[in-house]
Amino acid sequence: MNLNHIILIPLIPLAVFLILGIFYNKIKPAVSGYVGVLGLLTATGLAFYSAYNYFIVIGKTEGVYQTIVEKTVWMNFTDSLRIDMGILIDPISVMMLIVVSVISLMVHIYSRGYMKGDPGYTKYFAFLSLFTFSMYGLVLATNLFQIYIFWELVGVSSYLLIGYYYTKESAVAAAKKAFVVTRFADLGFLIGILIIGYYTGTYDFETLNNPEGTSILNWASTSFMGLSVLTWALLLIFIGGAGKSAMFPLHIWLPDAMEGPTPVSALIHAATMVVAGVYLVARLFPMYYFIEDGFALNIVAFVGAFTALFAAVIAITQTDIKRVLAFSTMSQLGYMMLALGVSGYEGHEGLGYMASMFHLFTHAMFKALLFLCAGSVIHAIHSNFLKDMGGLRKYMPITNITFLIAALAIAGVPPLAGFWSKDEILVAAFEHNTFLYVIGLFVAGLTAFYIFRIYFGIFWGKEGNYKDKPNESPGSLTAPLLILAFFSIVGGFIPFSEFISADKAGFETHVNYPLAAIAVFAGLIGIALSWMFYKKENELADKFANGFGAFYTWAYHKFYFDELYLFVTKRILFNGIAKTAARFDKKYVDGTMVGIGNQTLNTSEKIKGIQSGKVQDYAFAFIAGAVVLAIICIYLWTN
Amino acid sequence: MDILSLFIVVPALAVLVLIFTKNLKQARMVALAGSLVQLGMAVNLIFSYLKEIETNDAIMVFTKDVVWFKNFNIHYNIGVDGISVALLLLTAIVVLAGVFISWKMEDLPKEFFISLIVLSIGVYGFFISIDLFTMFVFFEIAVIPMYLLIGIWGTGPKEFSAMKLTLMLMGASAVLLVGILGIYFNSNADGGALTFNILEIAKVNIPFEVQRLFFPITFIGFAVIGALFPFHTWSPDGHASAPTAVSMLHAGVLMKLGGYGVFRVAIFLLPEGALHWSWFFIILSAFGVIYGAFAAIKQTDLKYINAYSSVSHLGLVLFALLMLNKTAWNGAILQSLSHGFMTALFFALIGMIYGRTHTRDVTKLGGLLKVIPFISAVYVIAGLASLGLPGFSGFVAEMNIFVGAFENDNGLYRIATVIAVSAIVVTAVYILRVVGIMLMGPVKNEAYLNLERVQWYEKLGVLLLLLPIIAIGIAPLWLSEMILKSLDPFLKGVL
Repeated sequence: MNLNHIILIPLIPLAVFLILGIFYNKIKPAVSGYVGVLGLLTATGLAFYSAYNYFIVIGKTEGVYQTIVEKTVWMNFTDSLRIDMGILIDPISVMMLIVVSVISLMVHIYSRGYMKGDPGYTKYFAFLSLFTFSMYGLVLATNLFQIYIFWELVGVSSYLLIGYYYTKESAVAAAKKAFVVTRFADLGFLIGILIIGYYTGTYDFETLNNPEGTSILNWASTSFMGLSVLTWALLLIFIGGAGKSAMFPLHIWLPDAMEGPTPVSALIHAATMVVAGVYLVARLFPMYYFIEDGFALNIVAFVGAFTALFAAVIAITQTDIKRVLAFSTMSQLGYMMLALGVSGYEGHEGLGYMASMFHLFTHAMFKALLFLCAGSVIHAIHSNFLKDMGGLRKYMPITNITFLIAALAIAGVPPLAGFWSKDEILVAAFEHNTFLYVIGLFVAGLTAFYIFRIYFGIFWGKEGNYKDKPNESPGSLTAPLLILAFFSIVGGFIPFSEFISADKAGFETHVNYPLAAIAVFAGLIGIALSWMFYKKENELADKFANGFGAFYTWAYHKFYFDELYLFVTKRILFNGIAKTAARFDKKYVDGTMVGIGNQTLNTSEKIKGIQSGKVQDYAFAFIAGAVVLAIICIYLWTN
Repeated sequence: MDILSLFIVVPALAVLVLIFTKNLKQARMVALAGSLVQLGMAVNLIFSYLKEIETNDAIMVFTKDVVWFKNFNIHYNIGVDGISVALLLLTAIVVLAGVFISWKMEDLPKEFFISLIVLSIGVYGFFISIDLFTMFVFFEIAVIPMYLLIGIWGTGPKEFSAMKLTLMLMGASAVLLVGILGIYFNSNADGGALTFNILEIAKVNIPFEVQRLFFPITFIGFAVIGALFPFHTWSPDGHASAPTAVSMLHAGVLMKLGGYGVFRVAIFLLPEGALHWSWFFIILSAFGVIYGAFAAIKQTDLKYINAYSSVSHLGLVLFALLMLNKTAWNGAILQSLSHGFMTALFFALIGMIYGRTHTRDVTKLGGLLKVIPFISAVYVIAGLASLGLPGFSGFVAEMNIFVGAFENDNGLYRIATVIAVSAIVVTAVYILRVVGIMLMGPVKNEAYLNLERVQWYEKLGVLLLLLPIIAIGIAPLWLSEMILKSLDPFLKGVL
């Protein structure tokens, strides 16, 4: 079976981007919307067709899914090191094609309604296509450098889309923050790539990830400060991944990124780009697992677990629904990292890896749905804040139902998608490390609590002060909601472990009933607490919050990490280093140069008096010189 | 007439014709015709060169040798390799773009275009010279018109800036001359005759003590014009006062003479000296990379920002050259080209913004995306290119430099490399700061609501510069392979 058409999947959105970008002024907005949707529809069709071919028609060879690589040289560094451009087809890249296509298509359709009448309509769709192209390139990358290239491109698309409302100062600041923070993380990524290239002589995933290959077997050959250089490289690469996936402490850009249009938040900052970090670790999983007995992988697990907890706590306190969802995304990404971190390699050992990818898939569906529902609400009442909402279930039935489905899914209520994937994560954690399992379980409860807090806050409780009666959003907005709700319901029934596993051989999973029951119970407690606090307006919630005192205030202020970063950048980098550099340059470096010039001028000013033009002076000098010379001559002669 | 000498004859003819023009219209037409022909020749040269090297494996091709001054064995000796061919194309494109940008040069147009073209003669001559002395002469030809161009057509404290720039570059020339003469008087170390011919000298085994003495002298002599820290301070003032096209030409092309000279003369002819001294200049240039980037953060004048950005980007060129391996060298040449296009583009855009708003102070500007969308959008693209985004030439160059620099397994070099790499973050900060303040946000001044739309000649000039940035960024293979092939001769001495 031929998979050559996969190359078209990224090229279609690229073509759409070029068409919309070049004929920016000439295309009517309505047309550009159609072009965008049509392009994505084709790409999505191709993605499903490829997945069908890859998993079903071709299937396994000798018990494993084969990795298919097509590539061409893009640039040569040395005889052995080079950047290739190509496509790598294996179970996780095919899965990601589906995720990116589905979400992007839904967001395209949704945006046609959501962005209607916006002056930058064509530009918006151009940027969406640019992003989709870059994301496809990222998931299909065949080597570290190619993934880095598209990694930067998704970063810049994100920058452009966060700053889409560019006349708003806060959007501009958020866009800049997102770019700079992730760029800082990418610095680690890049240095990691340089180390890997130097010590293993290749950037190719296939060669690097081969468990019997030299790069994995010889990991101990060079070490630096007690750790293998490759471990260092993997840790640095993880910094890059942590930046993109908003892991603590590089998470500060994600809440601010909510300044972008809401469909963009659904696409980029919930379902696709932010999972790039998880995907990167999964892509290099054999290296993470085998090198130095998974030292780097342990770090991944703990960072993931901490972020999951940290973000969930903050999510409880936020009052902007998009920010709640942003922190929720961070928390769920932490889950995925945690799952990767506790995973083994072969068969059932590799449960965490599969669970992580499974959760990535289901989370993409229900989190995109949550964002699009939030967008639908914001579209109706023109506010992001919980205090302006309430009682909307009467006015927006479809949004209400779909939001509820997504909320149940993320809370892990069976049989919705989130239940299955989260359960696998918790099982994997339980089998690996009880401490991490307890954190995961606690977070599951918190998740259910915060998501139902906003659900009740938006759709139940006291009705907001609406100027006009809010209306259900038009069909272009609700259709994607319904489709995603469908995926959020059935997504969990896909036998994921058949298709996706660390060793690509697949394995069977069975529900671990005791653990599943505990997890569901934790979720139900969260929902029940929300019900008590928020379904009807009452004072319980405030009392509860007050009970935590200062801790609540800290969490509300996101534990003051923004302030900390601001201090470091403003005070130390800007006013400390940059200002000093600028002043040093003006005063000392340039000052020295100008000083030399002025000194020359002064000296010549002083000695120019000697050239007085008077004959007497010259005669005097002549005679004086002659006398001095004569004295010297006589002196030399006599000795 | 051989294919290379035309690069000097055609602009010389253009100057001759320009003398007889009467007004701006005639002058710019002549300048345009001249630079168009030049660009055609440069493009043609690339194809001829690629064809020639299939059969000819000499270090330099299309050579021509005429004795110029017999007593000192000075020749008019010219030839090109992959590096100079690429730089000639850069020059031709920047000159043409400069002519477009100066389309409305009302003030003494004839004299302006004459100076501009004389300057380009110096640059063309420099890139095709094989004879050290001839090279030096062209170097001076390129520097002198700068004084007039800034002093007469400049803005602000133009006399001071012109003087500062010229004096510092002349000081460097004096140092350089010492270096060149030092090489010349040791070119008979193997018993042959004294010669200025670079290819001949490269075969001579100049004693190590001599190399150790003259490498830093030659290096600094060239590197001043390549904005080596701490000799870069002529550049911010000079650029700030210079008229747009001059800034473009100066930062885009003239500053490249520094890196090219360092490579072609200092490293090629004094490789042992380079090996001995590289650690010192690597520290200096790596420091310059990060220092320039930090200094750019706090500037408010657009031209100063760009000047300090050049210090940072060109610091990377010298840094890469001193890494003494092919990958880094390839990166250095690519960075020279990339920076040439990018910085010329920046100065062109800054000129357009200044021409409309009469200020270059970023804090006074704001929301330009709304009022001059084309110029602003290109500025954003140029900014993204400058911060090394993949898909643009800067990324290609930087990655070659970083991978090449990492080939040196030495603690000190590693630290310097990490410092240089970390400049990518600082660069992002100062670029996005300008984009955020100046282009995005609300429109700060009501007077800006009615700014003049972009004119066709401005569009042409800008697109001319943008095109190669994207072309190199998307498909770097042919260019980097062409350059790589020319690097082997340089490698012999430093192995």
